[in-house]
Amino acid sequence: MEYFVQLLLGGLTRGSIYALIALGYTMVYGIIELINFAHGEIYMIGAFTALIVSSVLTLYGFNEFAILVLASLIAVIYSASYGFTVEKIAYKPLRSAPRLSPLISAIGMSIFLQNYVLLAQTSDFLPFPALIPEFNFLKNYEHVFSSSELVIVLTTVIVMTILTLLIKFTKIGKAMRATAQDKKMAMLVGINVNRIISVTFIIGSSLAAIGGILIASHIGQINFNIGFIAGIKAFTAAVLGGIGSIPGAVLGGFVLGWTESFATGYVSSDYEDVFAFALLVLILIFRPAGILSVKCEV
Amino acid sequence: MNPILDVSNLTMDFGGLRALDNFDLNIAKGEIVALIGPNGAGKTTLFNCITGMYAPSGGDICIYPDVDKKVRLNGLKPNMITAKGMTRTFQNIRLFPNMTVLENVMIGRHCRTSSGILSAILRTSSARKEESGIVEHSYKILEKFGLNDFVNELARNLPYGAQKRLEIARALATDPFLLLLDEPAAGLNSRETKELDTLIANIRNEEKISILLIEHDMKLVMSISDRVVVMDYGKKIAQGPPDEIRLNPAVIKAYLGEEFVA
Amino acid sequence: MLNLSEIKRSLLVSLWFIFLTFPIMVIRVNPIEKIVEWRWGNMLLVGIGSFVISFIWRYFIRQKELGLKKIEMGEKITPLLKKLAIRESKYVKSLFLTLVIAAVLFPFVFSTYQTTIMTTVLMYVVLGLGLNIVVGLAGLLDLGYVAFYAVGAYSYALLNYHFGLGFWTVLPLGAIMGAFFGILLGFPVLRLRGDYLAIVTLGFGEIIRLVLENWNEFSFGPSGIANIPRPSFPGIQFSLQQATVYQYFLTIGLAVFTIFVVNRLQDSRIGRAWIALREDEIACQAMGVDKVRTKLSAFALGATWAGMVGVMFAAKTTFINPASFTFIESALILSIVVLGGMGSVPGVIIGAFILILLPEYLRAFAEYRMLLFGAILVLMMVFRPQGIISNVRRTYELKGIQK
Repeated sequence: MEYFVQLLLGGLTRGSIYALIALGYTMVYGIIELINFAHGEIYMIGAFTALIVSSVLTLYGFNEFAILVLASLIAVIYSASYGFTVEKIAYKPLRSAPRLSPLISAIGMSIFLQNYVLLAQTSDFLPFPALIPEFNFLKNYEHVFSSSELVIVLTTVIVMTILTLLIKFTKIGKAMRATAQDKKMAMLVGINVNRIISVTFIIGSSLAAIGGILIASHIGQINFNIGFIAGIKAFTAAVLGGIGSIPGAVLGGFVLGWTESFATGYVSSDYEDVFAFALLVLILIFRPAGILSVKCEV
Repeated sequence: MNPILDVSNLTMDFGGLRALDNFDLNIAKGEIVALIGPNGAGKTTLFNCITGMYAPSGGDICIYPDVDKKVRLNGLKPNMITAKGMTRTFQNIRLFPNMTVLENVMIGRHCRTSSGILSAILRTSSARKEESGIVEHSYKILEKFGLNDFVNELARNLPYGAQKRLEIARALATDPFLLLLDEPAAGLNSRETKELDTLIANIRNEEKISILLIEHDMKLVMSISDRVVVMDYGKKIAQGPPDEIRLNPAVIKAYLGEEFVA
Repeated sequence: MLNLSEIKRSLLVSLWFIFLTFPIMVIRVNPIEKIVEWRWGNMLLVGIGSFVISFIWRYFIRQKELGLKKIEMGEKITPLLKKLAIRESKYVKSLFLTLVIAAVLFPFVFSTYQTTIMTTVLMYVVLGLGLNIVVGLAGLLDLGYVAFYAVGAYSYALLNYHFGLGFWTVLPLGAIMGAFFGILLGFPVLRLRGDYLAIVTLGFGEIIRLVLENWNEFSFGPSGIANIPRPSFPGIQFSLQQATVYQYFLTIGLAVFTIFVVNRLQDSRIGRAWIALREDEIACQAMGVDKVRTKLSAFALGATWAGMVGVMFAAKTTFINPASFTFIESALILSIVVLGGMGSVPGVIIGAFILILLPEYLRAFAEYRMLLFGAILVLMMVFRPQGIISNVRRTYELKGIQK
């Protein structure tokens, strides 16, 4: 029973991270119908930036709380900047190109960013500092549910709520929904579509950075390659929930997290990634519109 | 006269919206039928249902390959419908832009030919024969459409009017018995529209191909069609010879309700 | 062009990139030894580099927009390398002959080492041409192409290990296995939209690699399979050097065969249907082309070639393990196709030569290989989506009828 609960909570943690990254995929797809392959790399850059900043700050003797806040803030700013720049370079010039072009460009961007970090930094795994403090009240349950796991789940829920409110009620949220529905119409009613697309990339990238910091500090190490697998998995989550749908991305993240957690816990841990990919292949074949959608359209 | 196409009680729902509502239509051999109606009346939806792009929610679409043989087509894929003999053009031109004009038409011959990968690699004598047959047939159609000067030109480099004609030529290459034209005159100038008029009449007269067209250009509709069907809100509100339709009060009402200029 | 506002713009771009690359390019931390290294030189490099590149970038963007305007105004633009691309020109035959002679003489003039490299290049030519059928002609973005390559390589290694089957027996079997897996994956996923296909194939490629890595009983896991025999020739025992030359000629044979097949296919009924599907799926179906079947044929045919090259690869290296079949490999083959020109046979050949030989001979380059591939994919899409040599459609001489 305890094992089950452990897997359940472990899945919840994984799922939260997938959900945070999946949101970036889903929002971008909703607006420009592009699988932003470079999104996983944005997440990786977020984690790297946090690592670099926190190391520098530790060296200059900042206290733990200041490090946590500053490292997270700077990482989010940088990820957002990278997301913004990637869009301007690799996707914006291809707005009216055939569908295959931005997709290939996105893959190119992903490979480029991965190797940029590899060359400028290192190919080794780097230890990531435990930025998240340990809570005393969880001390007795440490082996089932750690403090960092609690923070991950809580952060995800808070971020999700803010995002939903943002999109539902603010002016920019309304403009985003309008752009997603019909770019031409949105332009005609005076929405600056290019700006909305940029904002979407910035928000999506920020969420990825948050996910990156949380998971890196939970697992305790990162390297240049973490974005690739995480990216595909988060995309799986986005598709699971129905791409373009924000609650769908969250639900998809949890379903994927649990699938992985239980499959590795009860079946075999060697095939951890295979389960995720197999789920992706199956869901795309049998329910390409996702679990949340009513109408199944290919 | 026996119908070659019989659409009965056709219904198409999109969520809560009923785009086609128990729609009936039949077309006889060699007949030219014009489909008119305000924007959003369901004309293109009807085309999409007949040509297999949408699976209708209810009703029947049947063809009569022989007088007493009836084949129901609901749910068939678009390519199967084309193979059965009904082809269409599109409201906003959908050519293969990076293929030559001749190749565009040659694609139309795809479903009437059969050579596969192996015979293409080996270039067997039957494959060669079939290939030159495709080229000749396609060229003849282009000649008829006055496009023979452009054979080796990429389709995207053609002027608009020529692209419109090429789309009809490509459809004709599939050997249809019924040609569905979605706004063939849209965007054409008056001289080009007149040429189109003759072209459509020729297709019908020479090859006894029936034609169903959606058109907003009333002059063309009145001059060319044997019968006009008027749609509004997914229903047929009137049908009859052009002269009769012109004076039909229901039609006038439907059009005056919209800001439509005939 | 070099006016003040342009300089100001480039300065801003330069500042932006200095900011953007600051933590990753300038700072390097060693969290274990708690050392922080500041590399200010990199900052200068990024600043100057982005300043210059931003000029070049804008120049090319303007050129591109000019070109688009020309098309809108009905002017025809002559392709940059049109001379090379014209298929029926008389140069092509003599050029081809020269190439054949050069290829035949190559192993006798150059060293065994050079011959091995050339064999590798030719293998990538074949892989590129195979993927070109899928991506270039049929417009299906297959990011897991390496999976079929792995299927071929493991077919040979395992069939040889367990049953002692020889190279010539397995070569067709590898092709069949490739095709089989192509159909197995293609049948369900080819109904999907293009971008979903890309990610499913990517996932499939990873599944194959992970299975090979973890299923020790079947594939011997990460340690791989060694002592795979080189291609044999009945009755002759080759020395290592002879075997290399023999393999070289086999690969040339396969490359020539592939070029022959692709050339014939692309102007055939099936080839036209592939291209039409790429151009407009809906119109193509409406013209009577069976979408799923046509896509499947392209997908399976591409996989067939990957399977064949896989067998050759295993025979060449005599050792394989899952590390040879990562996504990087798929990305490399895709870069070859995109750089050379999607759908263009001479383009893909040139693409393979550039991308394999460049890192091989410019050692300094090798480190930046992957960075370069990524950049190539982006830059080609933005500035020259048709590749170095654009695909030129066949023109038909209509004897007697045409003026």
